[in-house]
Amino acid sequence: MKTRYLPLIATIIVFVSLYLWGALQFDNFFSMRVFTNLFTDNAFLVITAIGMTFVILSGGIDLSVGSMIACVGVSVAVLIEHYQFHPILAFTIVLISAWMFGTFMGILIERYKLPPFIVTLAGMFFLRGLSFVISIESIPITHPFYDEIADFSIPVIGGGNLTASTVIMLIVLIIAVFLAHYTRFGRNVYAVGGNESSARLLGVPVSRTIINTYAFNSFLAALSGIVFSFYTFSGYSLAAMGLELDAIASVVIGGTLLTGGVGFVVGTVFGVLIQGVIQTIISFDGTLNSWWTKIFIGLLLFVFIAMQRLISSGHILVYFKNMKGRVIGDTKADTTRY
Amino acid sequence: MEPKSILKVSQLNKSFPGVKALSQVQLELREGEIMALLGGNGAGKSTLIKCITGVYTSDGGSISLSGQSIRGLSAEEIILKGISTVHQEVNLIPTLSVAENIYLGRQPYRFGLIDWAKMNTNAEELLSSMKVFIDVTATLNDYSIAVQQMIAIARGVDMSAKVLILDEPTASLDNKEVEQLFTLMRELKSRGIGIVFVTHFLDQVYDVCDQITVLRNGQFVASSSVDELPQIELINLMLGKQISNKNSSGKSRHTTDSNSKPFLSASNIGRKGMINPCDVNIYSGQTLGLGGLLGSGRTELAKLLFGIVKPEQGTIQIEGEVKAFGSPHDAIQEGLAFCPEDRKVEGIIGELSVLENMVLALQAKQGWFRMIGPKEQKEIGKKFVRSLNIVTSDINKPVKELSGGNQQKVILARWLASGPSLLILDEPTRGIDVGAKSEILQIIDGLCKQGMALMVISSELDEIVEFSDRVSVLKDHNMIAELTGKDISTQKLMETIAHEGRD
Amino acid sequence: MLTISDRKEKTIVLKEIMQSRLFWPIFVLLLLLAFNLINDPSFFAIEIKQGRLFGSVIDILNRAAPIALLALGMTLVIATGGIDLSVGAVIAISGAVCAYLIQNEIVTSTPLIILAGIGVALIAGLWNGILVSILGIQPIIATLILMVAGRGIAQLITGGQILTFDHVGFEFIGGGTLFGIPFSIVLVVLTYGVTFLVLRKTALGLFIASIGANPTASYFAGIREPQIKILVYMFSGLCAGLAGMILTSDIQGADANNAGLWSELDAILAVVVGGTALTGGRYYIGPTLIGVLILQTMTTTILTNGLPVQFTHIVKAAVVILVMLIMSPQFRGELNRLRTNKTKEII
Repeated sequence: MKTRYLPLIATIIVFVSLYLWGALQFDNFFSMRVFTNLFTDNAFLVITAIGMTFVILSGGIDLSVGSMIACVGVSVAVLIEHYQFHPILAFTIVLISAWMFGTFMGILIERYKLPPFIVTLAGMFFLRGLSFVISIESIPITHPFYDEIADFSIPVIGGGNLTASTVIMLIVLIIAVFLAHYTRFGRNVYAVGGNESSARLLGVPVSRTIINTYAFNSFLAALSGIVFSFYTFSGYSLAAMGLELDAIASVVIGGTLLTGGVGFVVGTVFGVLIQGVIQTIISFDGTLNSWWTKIFIGLLLFVFIAMQRLISSGHILVYFKNMKGRVIGDTKADTTRY
Repeated sequence: MEPKSILKVSQLNKSFPGVKALSQVQLELREGEIMALLGGNGAGKSTLIKCITGVYTSDGGSISLSGQSIRGLSAEEIILKGISTVHQEVNLIPTLSVAENIYLGRQPYRFGLIDWAKMNTNAEELLSSMKVFIDVTATLNDYSIAVQQMIAIARGVDMSAKVLILDEPTASLDNKEVEQLFTLMRELKSRGIGIVFVTHFLDQVYDVCDQITVLRNGQFVASSSVDELPQIELINLMLGKQISNKNSSGKSRHTTDSNSKPFLSASNIGRKGMINPCDVNIYSGQTLGLGGLLGSGRTELAKLLFGIVKPEQGTIQIEGEVKAFGSPHDAIQEGLAFCPEDRKVEGIIGELSVLENMVLALQAKQGWFRMIGPKEQKEIGKKFVRSLNIVTSDINKPVKELSGGNQQKVILARWLASGPSLLILDEPTRGIDVGAKSEILQIIDGLCKQGMALMVISSELDEIVEFSDRVSVLKDHNMIAELTGKDISTQKLMETIAHEGRD
Repeated sequence: MLTISDRKEKTIVLKEIMQSRLFWPIFVLLLLLAFNLINDPSFFAIEIKQGRLFGSVIDILNRAAPIALLALGMTLVIATGGIDLSVGAVIAISGAVCAYLIQNEIVTSTPLIILAGIGVALIAGLWNGILVSILGIQPIIATLILMVAGRGIAQLITGGQILTFDHVGFEFIGGGTLFGIPFSIVLVVLTYGVTFLVLRKTALGLFIASIGANPTASYFAGIREPQIKILVYMFSGLCAGLAGMILTSDIQGADANNAGLWSELDAILAVVVGGTALTGGRYYIGPTLIGVLILQTMTTTILTNGLPVQFTHIVKAAVVILVMLIMSPQFRGELNRLRTNKTKEII
């Protein structure tokens, strides 16, 4: 087995055991409905966490996604309700603006070597402030397009439903998996996160990769904001407070190395689902309180970070290295090839 | 027929502000030839390689590949032209798979997506054609440095390299790994690839190379075929004309009578990849010189003694008591001090002031709670600025603004202020001007007379001969001889290094 | 001749003043204050009502107190090359612990309550310190754990509610006055003073800067990095604990959800504005304090001038990016190239 799959496998094991534990504890927990609801409730988080995965893989971080979701929600609501834009047009506008915003942050980070932490922190303040300036009040969205979206659903056997949010999330997931694993852009992101200076020497367009990563993440955060508005039927400037932490936690619990270069998009989905299952368990239980989610997530974060630390410091690798170092050279020469 | 010349460098010059790094350097590499590029510290090897590979642009002269000028091209363009470089620190992505590292940026595509199956097959074929049989889907980091270097070489070769530059690839490999690498080099040689091989291990040069080019102080010294250049002459070329036999310098060498106890006595101390087990005895009032070429394990030995790296075996005794140093802090408590070779990274703390740098070790010895008072600090500063003749306009200005020689003196002052019983100096005169050099040598001599135990590491055999009471000679991570008394001469030192081969 | 050299000397002095670490922060602060004075001539007026000082300036200082404490700890953490994201969560925890003890009448003596608040904060700092210096986890990641979990722990203590209480002794921290000055301001001055003295009178300050500037050389010189780092993270925890107690005592209640929310970011901004580099090394406590005052004055200015409060966020963002750009060598390089190009064109 390859060591790089270890964290991913651990994540999946955690998810499955949590889910099974829930199923044993509560009636009705092990149903398609609960399962698909898990996706509906967390679709927006999955979308933005996928974007965050790319940023973290590239060796960076983005703290602005929570504010982006709020800002997009408010902007879309105002464009639709006050300016009578069609939702599709409003979506297009915010998505393009978000892409440009991400590009701008990427340029500050890559070109002027400002720490990503500080730049995206400023981005977070800026976008939250902008949402407040646009509207402090929550703006309900009443456009019929939203009703159509809400009515959309693909039934799944066992009483489950795939909502529009879930479908969008799945499409994003598929695209992201292909982007990460089957395109040069994706592999360049891994390379830059693995070792930036080596990547440069190997001919990877480092600047372009980093800037596009931030742009892509802001784009997905904006898309997440749109999906979030499907969920809430409104735009509210105080929405999604601290969501960036949930997204980062999902990525790490999903097995992506916070230092960059190692991880899987699929792992992030499980990272979100683990948080979702914990919340579901808590709501099923009724006696547990919501703060246990945070404590439990913190605990998981610690376990995963400690595990990554052990793997990368080589304590686990020693065995593998000793095995593989011997494979080469002294075997019988394969002379037939010349 | 004489093989065709592929890489030709002539009259190359390169200056940095205040330093002339290369002057009138030449080099000629033919197809299917392995050339050793040799020289001590500051000889200009790295600068030359950086000029050839386009990292630096040279100031004058010509570099041509297969008759075509490549001077002034960017690093990327030069890779495409066919010059690949593999460094000791492998420039690959540790977290990606072996196959990806070979094909990064040029992955095969199928239906608009990366064709992993094809990439893995190609990588496997490429590597096995070079007699490297490994799992190409494994993460690069899972393999040893030796294998990683071969992967880097494979990438270079696959990108149609005509010239391969190997920059100290063997520095951290064990004998078996070196042999594997040599097999690969000979294989590539038979394909007509020209190889420039930088190393500090002279025996390796004679094992695998055809030609030798020697640089010294940024200048071309000689180029010769291996057969026509015996080791002793090669060392002579590398170190410069110093067969003046310095024995008669008039230094009266202390001889250790069998009764006296050493201050520090290490027995059978060693660590894999750094230095093979050896014994060291250092006496108060005496200087032990560590002779040997760069990369022979001198600095590594010092680091084991000072607790920077834990030895895997052996014991250290201080005045007869067994001690185990977990960190430099422990060693300092026992009266050890160590002036490291890499001044910038391991020595000075650039942002801090001259004075702060001076009191640091003494302060660390005392712990953070008992602060050296400002008055006392000032006295320490004054004392050492005077006694070491440190030239600085202000003792409170950042130490990074001082010249190299003065920085070196500040570090020396730091350790002297800590009141050590044993001072280890690693290349104390490296990279500083002649005036400061002789001053530092005088200081060292004075310290020894005051009864301090000293261990001095230097590439300048002259220096070693000048003030050592005993000299331990290192070669290829082994301690091969100890010279005492009349045997201490540059001539004898060079002969020892040249003739004692690997076991 | 004389006048020329005189003028030269003057420009040199001016240059030195301008290059001084304190110049730009103080300049910006004065600019802000001047703006306020022009806008409202009574800006600096201070009244005494019921033995307590009142006025805009006092108000700014009072509001800035918690962040000033956080920024002090953060400065030292950043100086070692680290960062502490957990201070906001530690505020919530220490506030929650104090409120819990008072409300349930477990402890009634004020010093013991304070001790408990400080104690949990120190434990939190110790946890961070161990993760960073012994397990070797990157600071930003190590402290993220407590940032996420800490608020949950605080909510666990408060039971998810805002715990309110009545306790004259404890309320003094955030609401009391000493010689007419709000006690929180006194506390800040005391903490800064003591810290300054400790850094001056022991070698801690030297070791902190040394570790941040060059960890390898510091290790070679015999400095025990783990010890110092644990100490610094514990100090940051302590500062957060004090800030948490001020906030809790001020509103006579512990709000685990919102107490100190985003305050870690404000603290980091203050340190950055004060000119301490995020990469570690030399640190500046005085300028950090001025950075805190700049941010608070800015907020107050925006509020008192009728601008909606929401603009503070945008302004803060702009200030940070501007400060960071000015400090970026790449940006300076580009500016210089632009300037030289222009002069060339003129010639």
